[in-house]
Amino acid sequence: MRPILLAGHERSLNQIKFNRDGDLLFSVAKDKIVCAWWSANGERLGTYSGHLGAIWTVDVSPNTILLATGSADNSVRLWNIKTGECVKVWEFPTAVKRVEFSPDGSKLLAVTEKRMGFLGTINVLDINYDDDFTNQAEEPSLKITCTESKATVAGWSYLGKYIIAGHEDGSVSQYDGKTGEQLENVQAHEFDHQINDLQFSPDRTHFLTASKDKSAKLMSARNLAIMKTYVADTPLNSAAITPKKEYVILGGGQAAMDVTTTSARQGKFEARFYHKVFEDEIGRVRGHFGPLNTIHVHPAGTAYASGGEDGYVRVHHFDKPYFDFMYEVEREQLRR
Amino acid sequence: MAPSFDTLSEQDLHEEEEEIDFSDLKAQYEVKLEEGLDTFIVIDGLPVVPEANRQKLIKFLLRKLNTVGHTSEDAVFMPINAENMSEGFAFVEYETPEQAVAAVKQLHGTPLDKKHTLLVNKLMDIERYGREGRIDEEYKPPTLEPFTEKEHLRSWIGDANARDQFALYRNEKVGVFWNNKNNPPENVVDRAHWTQLFVQWSPKGTYLASVHPQGVQLWGGPAFSKQKQFPHPFVQLIEFSPLEGYLTTWSSRPIQVEEGQPILTYEEDGKNIIVWDIVSGKPLRSFVSHDLGGPESEAQPKKKVQWPAFKWSADEKYVARMLQGQSLSIYELPRMNLLGKTSVKVEGIMDFEWSPATVNRDGVKQYEQLLSFWTPEIGSNPARVGLMSIPSKEIVRTRNLFNVSDVKLHWQSQGTYVCVKVDRHSKSKKSMATNLEIFRVREKGVPVEVVDSLKDTVINFAWEPNGGRFVLITTGDAPSGAGAPPKTAVSFFAPEKKGVQAGNFKLVRTVEKKNSNAIYWSPKGRFVVVATVHSQSSYDLDFWDMDFEGEKNESEKDLAANLQLMKTAEHYGVTDIDWDPTGRYVVSSASAWTHSMENGWNLHTFAGETLAENPTEKFKQFIWRPRPPTLLSKEEQKQVRKNLREYSKEFEEEDKYAVDIANTAVVEKRKRVLNEWVAWLRREKELLSEEKDAYGFPEDADEAKNAADASAVTQDQGETVVEELVEEIVEESEEIIG
Repeated sequence: MRPILLAGHERSLNQIKFNRDGDLLFSVAKDKIVCAWWSANGERLGTYSGHLGAIWTVDVSPNTILLATGSADNSVRLWNIKTGECVKVWEFPTAVKRVEFSPDGSKLLAVTEKRMGFLGTINVLDINYDDDFTNQAEEPSLKITCTESKATVAGWSYLGKYIIAGHEDGSVSQYDGKTGEQLENVQAHEFDHQINDLQFSPDRTHFLTASKDKSAKLMSARNLAIMKTYVADTPLNSAAITPKKEYVILGGGQAAMDVTTTSARQGKFEARFYHKVFEDEIGRVRGHFGPLNTIHVHPAGTAYASGGEDGYVRVHHFDKPYFDFMYEVEREQLRR
Repeated sequence: MAPSFDTLSEQDLHEEEEEIDFSDLKAQYEVKLEEGLDTFIVIDGLPVVPEANRQKLIKFLLRKLNTVGHTSEDAVFMPINAENMSEGFAFVEYETPEQAVAAVKQLHGTPLDKKHTLLVNKLMDIERYGREGRIDEEYKPPTLEPFTEKEHLRSWIGDANARDQFALYRNEKVGVFWNNKNNPPENVVDRAHWTQLFVQWSPKGTYLASVHPQGVQLWGGPAFSKQKQFPHPFVQLIEFSPLEGYLTTWSSRPIQVEEGQPILTYEEDGKNIIVWDIVSGKPLRSFVSHDLGGPESEAQPKKKVQWPAFKWSADEKYVARMLQGQSLSIYELPRMNLLGKTSVKVEGIMDFEWSPATVNRDGVKQYEQLLSFWTPEIGSNPARVGLMSIPSKEIVRTRNLFNVSDVKLHWQSQGTYVCVKVDRHSKSKKSMATNLEIFRVREKGVPVEVVDSLKDTVINFAWEPNGGRFVLITTGDAPSGAGAPPKTAVSFFAPEKKGVQAGNFKLVRTVEKKNSNAIYWSPKGRFVVVATVHSQSSYDLDFWDMDFEGEKNESEKDLAANLQLMKTAEHYGVTDIDWDPTGRYVVSSASAWTHSMENGWNLHTFAGETLAENPTEKFKQFIWRPRPPTLLSKEEQKQVRKNLREYSKEFEEEDKYAVDIANTAVVEKRKRVLNEWVAWLRREKELLSEEKDAYGFPEDADEAKNAADASAVTQDQGETVVEELVEEIVEESEEIIG
């Protein structure tokens, strides 16, 4: 499982995303550039430039037509993936921390930062795929304001029915995807330990949160029930569910500001594999020399990529033993 | 190492006050103060003088009185009786109650002249005790408390599986656990803020001591209930006597005895060290530290405290303290009186050590305890190592040494040998070398054997407990300018096989180019861990067997040892290593007191196999609970050893059974969890398709081909994969440069 090292960014990575086919990988970093890569060989396909600040987040529409990015320059930009043109810019009062397309690609949510008297919000933008994509609605079709604790991450559940958001105070909220009404709020993680990532299973019925409290939780999108807990020994920045095999991958490491005071050994900059059902740690992958900021798994479950504070993206294609590994009870069940 | 007292915040102290309940003591010694008369003292024992001489006497008295506070002629009232004579007492008012207290403390019992001794009391005290009715005229025998059975202080020894306990101090919590080999330890008690500085077991494991600003608290019994309190304010260091009869406590701050303070009396005022009787909970005697010359000032670097300041003889009949360079004070227990009423003058004494066991020397009939000491070269006199017999204070053996820089005294645990490690400098004082002078204490005349084959300095030395072998670590001179500390070498020594008596000590083997700096013998002997502790770059633990049951090197066949490295383990940042009292397990730990990296503790078997790693945030201390010595006689122990196979069979079966049970439990649990998960997925899928029906979505609503951005013509390609390369020129522009 020799990784492919993607050294295209000059600063720390913020988010990476495979497209739904898994042939492309998009990465955004603090250096204002979006990079597109071939996931199979790590060749760079191109860049998308235009943002004026660190880019916090990126997402690809289901058929790899449009790319959305959110940045510290207070804007969300929509790009034509094929041509590299920026087709739309939405301006917000504060930085945009997370964007995500709805499962059918018709909507885009954008989470804005709480700052300068503005409360954190989750905005839903309708996306129009006609013509040359420039004909987009100016105003969000829905705006959810987080009065209690700002949302740090958010995503769409199955059928776009709910918007699930993770908050700064460690709680998880469920909003109605159409009306924006808050349906549920669960203190899933330790109080005041920010949720840093929230990624869905392929069928979007459950999702995985990663928090500063050193744990990741698998929760049901329907009722926010906590189904599994994965305990690590370091604050977590990202967590992903693997399709095909029942694993989860967690990434994190000491907060970037503390790293200089300790050795790399101490930093715990490894990707950790846990069994999704049994909650046991089953393996670790080393390589980064800074905390892991983002992890994303190939939609077919054949590879994963991690982006670190060290400015590198590492793409790992899984080997045979990865697919062969099975607990005895799983094997037994398979035989039946 | 304990955190210093200065780093404790106010908050810690307050929290502690809630935790530790001293109210029972307070109630017992509660004293009600009557207001207003605190500044008055009564002086008795004055000469009886006629009225004419009264002023003279008062003036004379004032000179004394003003040494401790401020008072004046007007404030001294000396009553005159009908015969125009004074009564031999006087009332004095001081400016403040503190001065009055000081007067009582310092002037009581001091002589005024040859015939008269001042008796100074607080007016309040006289009021309190002297008033009629306060103290019964008739003697009434105290009522005896009905006997209540105490908790069994050694109940842990009766564990059916003969497990050992340990105390774990991490974060702000202290817990006591059973060691369960590979399985997670079983908790006995776990309490937040149980201690302020550190915890310590008594030498036989009966008590657990916690250290607080108010004093030391001992805990014991099956549930670790309160046993005894020793209210030494701001105590920093404690030391138990070997048989758990006494406790020594030390604080850098001299004790200030305040009014109403329970237990401590004026006797303890200004002292640093208290020797307590554990059973009664009362102080036996208190002392001022030798090493703190005068009041401490912030500017001066603090001298390292000599601890234990008081060293106990093996049977705790004697305790001794040294005034460095001058004398040795030996106290007799239980009265704590100075043996022979004087300290033993030993000019230049640098250090001393008691024999850790009562030794019967060849040809010596009467009772004795032995201690060894050394003195450096003074003028033209050579340095000297001596062996003193107590209570006779007779020096039974001395040895003169030359060119001595430093000496360390190492007793073997049974007192059979004492190894004197002599660091010698060459005449030019440039290079150093170490000699070992081994006194064979039990043999007639105490012969001394010299091991001088060492060229380098010995930095660590350790005897095998109950054995005759030892391990030492040597290091060369540090190469100047090198960042890394010099390499060390580990040497193993064993006596030659020679009939009943152990022969001369011979080198078994030396392992060069190590970083090791610490030696930890198993308490039962035979196995030894040589480790590198307190190091950033190196952290290995070598597990050695001295009696390997395999083939022996031809060259070592005369030696009572067969050395074998069993395993090398690593534990990053290891600071402490502790053997369990049975010699079955070794725990290596990295304490947050030393550094903050990867704190935690690892459990190994005696053979170096790592059983468990326990990274623990803010881990501070791990200590095994000691066990009292075995009650089996030598013959019975031999019998057990002989039939070990029989016994172990039983235990192996038990272990196997336990493992089977555990495995089945794990498999069962996994099955259940997996089934639950599969059921949940199935249910979720059904719910999802129901919802899709309800909303009128097609079954594959979330698939890419139905997404809003799908191209107008949906190609139904089935399951075949078609690779298509489309090259499209997006834009072409021509620029002419220059």
